Amino acid sequence: MTSRNLSDHPPVGVIGAGNFGSAVANLLARHRNVLLYARDEKVIKRITQTRENRGHSMHKNVTPTSDLQLLARECEVIFPIVPSSHFRSMMKKLSPHLHPYHILIHGTKGLDITLPKGQTIETVSKLNRSQVKTMSEVIREESVVVRVGCLAGPNLSKELAARHPAATVIASPFNEVISLGKKLLRNDRFQVYGNNELIGVELAGVLKNIIAIASGALSGMGYGENARGLLISRGVVEMIHVGRALGGNTKAFLGVAGIGDLVTTSNSTLSRNFQVGYKLAQGMTLEEILASMDEIAEGVNTVRIIKKCADYYKLRAPITTTLYKVLFEDLTVKQAISYLMRYPLNVDIDFLD
Amino acid sequence: MPVEVLEKKNKNKQYKPILEGIPDWPVYRLSRNRKEFIEEVAQKSAERIKQLRPTRKQLIDELEATVYREQQRMKRNRWRVDPPDEGKFWSKIKQDLIDLTGKPLDEHSRKEEEILNIIVHRYASEIAGNFKPSSYRFAREMIKFWFSRLLNASRVKKFGGFFRNQYTLRDKIQIVGKVKQLRSLARKGTIVMVPTHFSNLDSILIGWIIHALGLPAFIYGAGLNLFNMKIFAYFMNSLGAYKVDRRKKNLPYLETLKMYSGIAIQRGAHSLFFPGGTRSRSGMIEKMLKLGLLSTTVEAQRNIYLNTPPGEKPQKIFVVPVTLNYHFVLEAPELIDDYLSIKGQDRYLPEQDPHGSWGLVKFMIKFFTKGSNISVSIGRGLDVLGNYVDDEGNSLDVHGRVINTEDYFISSGQLTVDAQRENEYTRMLSQRIVTEYHRINRIFASHLVAFVAFELWQKKHPKLDLFGLLRLPEEELVLDYAEFRKTCKRIRKKIYQLKKEDKANHATHLKGKIDLVIKHGLENVGIFHLKRPLLQNKEGNIITQDLNLLYYYHNRMVGYDLEKFI
Repeated sequence: MTSRNLSDHPPVGVIGAGNFGSAVANLLARHRNVLLYARDEKVIKRITQTRENRGHSMHKNVTPTSDLQLLARECEVIFPIVPSSHFRSMMKKLSPHLHPYHILIHGTKGLDITLPKGQTIETVSKLNRSQVKTMSEVIREESVVVRVGCLAGPNLSKELAARHPAATVIASPFNEVISLGKKLLRNDRFQVYGNNELIGVELAGVLKNIIAIASGALSGMGYGENARGLLISRGVVEMIHVGRALGGNTKAFLGVAGIGDLVTTSNSTLSRNFQVGYKLAQGMTLEEILASMDEIAEGVNTVRIIKKCADYYKLRAPITTTLYKVLFEDLTVKQAISYLMRYPLNVDIDFLD
Repeated sequence: MPVEVLEKKNKNKQYKPILEGIPDWPVYRLSRNRKEFIEEVAQKSAERIKQLRPTRKQLIDELEATVYREQQRMKRNRWRVDPPDEGKFWSKIKQDLIDLTGKPLDEHSRKEEEILNIIVHRYASEIAGNFKPSSYRFAREMIKFWFSRLLNASRVKKFGGFFRNQYTLRDKIQIVGKVKQLRSLARKGTIVMVPTHFSNLDSILIGWIIHALGLPAFIYGAGLNLFNMKIFAYFMNSLGAYKVDRRKKNLPYLETLKMYSGIAIQRGAHSLFFPGGTRSRSGMIEKMLKLGLLSTTVEAQRNIYLNTPPGEKPQKIFVVPVTLNYHFVLEAPELIDDYLSIKGQDRYLPEQDPHGSWGLVKFMIKFFTKGSNISVSIGRGLDVLGNYVDDEGNSLDVHGRVINTEDYFISSGQLTVDAQRENEYTRMLSQRIVTEYHRINRIFASHLVAFVAFELWQKKHPKLDLFGLLRLPEEELVLDYAEFRKTCKRIRKKIYQLKKEDKANHATHLKGKIDLVIKHGLENVGIFHLKRPLLQNKEGNIITQDLNLLYYYHNRMVGYDLEKFI
């Protein structure tokens, strides 16, 4: 259907052969040839030989590579999908090969932090917006690329691989980037929406992971749907409150990338962030949980960062700060819940004026 | 004057003109082909408007709205410069439109386009400048002669000081920053200079600076109100100004204006416009720029890339931010009143100029006869995407790597026209210019004292909002000198820090003993106002005679996040 004139078009690049990266590469491969960058030679060998990667059976149009320069030379459109903690160093390596004609659409739902010398995320007490960056801001800072977008929405890799109906949002200030993203990703099982609020959409994708951990914790305690309904609706309010303070637009939080993604991740046992919360409630420690996972749960770091931002800007973020105490101090999930239930502030909606 | 000692001696350097003969100047070539140029502007503007109003009905509606607005303007707000045949012209257009809409549609196939052509042609001729080398030279010499006469008469306190040449304008106006680069870029490409805008004096000042730097005359948009007085009109015309009439907000006018600027830039005419639009009402450095004229630079650069034949080197456009730094702004009282009435939701705001042009002349005499220096900071050149360029005009990325600006307009290997993309580029460029303004802005002692005093008073009344604070009777406001001094010192340290981080700049007079700096600041802040914004009383403590004015001068330092250190 679409592979008719595949060779007329330059290939599309994907950086990062993790779970989501592989899923996106497969989606793209239905329309174009794809170069998939992986750091690890073993992964490349495995894909070439077995066409298998992290439970995804890789499309025949996907070619793995370990050469960033080649990828940048061959591809005008690149999808970087690497964990936020490696994102900046990846961009530093990629940047010398990039030109202003490149278009980058990332799929990373985490934040980047720049700390003063000698400080670590554990020791720094507060963080302000100049130290905390979204991935699109990292791209802009590290490279000459200006046409930047992000991919956000309820996209659980395993469901995408199974071709269940799903949707995503491409956010970019440039309509050009949105329509290109649509052209490259859309298929009969995958709907693509556009949004011009890049920062808002990125923050929605990032902040929802906090709520997902909390939701996992509720499930781990054996609580039911009333509790989850409460958490999700209050979670949206907190996401918008924090998101606006960090420069996001309210509207971005109400769409597929906001509520859509939040509901999905908060209900899904497939989600890594949900798993973190679930296991916490079951009594595992954070170290044990992280050791048991093969990929990073972005939410854990996000809680840490947002808590410190909330302190700096004096934001009211009860779910985040309580979760912080559970993750990094010695509050138990049970204590946390009883604290939140007694939290005095109870205006239902205050973000629509 | 003891104050002068603090100021680093001006290098007083003379810059040779970069182009010898006026016939080589782009602005001259433009004016020699004035008629043909106006034709091109009119024709392209009409095309653009037709694109924006694609159906016949939309176009007719737009024309009707234009006529209505023009007739309203003539009724309410006529100026001396307005041509006497205006009324007749617009009545005729109105009649034509009535005739047009009265008939069934197919009969008058292209009539509305004809009307549009007539209107934009009129606008294009109205806007067009009229540069004449002879009057340029004459005006330039006149300005130089009178300024130096005034200057010397006031400073050389001897009989006959009037005829001495001991002081020149260069003593009065310091030019700092990337002068060498600007001169180099002006030979390599087209300069678009974008200064901050605080005072009506800016237009004349910047005209003189361009000349002092040895650059050929720039074309620039000057508010039509400045043409109300014949003598000004003469100078403006001869300095290469085109006319911007801010009363006209209709689509055909705005599009014609943008087209004029855009085509002139494409033809290589160095240009200048104030991207803030009007003078800063609040006294703050512009934070929001008007994107209309700025977008013409992005568009012009793209058109240059599109139209340059293969093998030839496309002409590059360089955007150069400039800040003008004053101790005193003549119009400050009116400006801040305007600002406060807008902020206080008072909708009515007459477009008027209480000083008129004579006020300005009187101010200039005051300015040149009394103290108070002005400094002009020339920023580093940018390409139309806001990347820094080197002296050769190459765009550089943050790592210093040379990049090709053309690549920004390329999509799937093709140079493409994408209006939405370019709007976004314009927005990025404007943000970049704002950052540069703050970076190159020279903080004066007078700004420092105004800022500290106002913020201290604000801090002492934490429960009052801005309007509450401004309503306090001035007699009740006294700041203890010791406390004021301590805070000034602390904020000055923060300013040093900002300079180190390359986020701000300050005048050399800001250094040295803090008491002297404060004295300098107090002596100069809003120096010629009847009510001084800041003074010392007999006990040596700090008082104000006009808090609104103080607020105005304080605003100059808003935007650096220094409030939290008060």
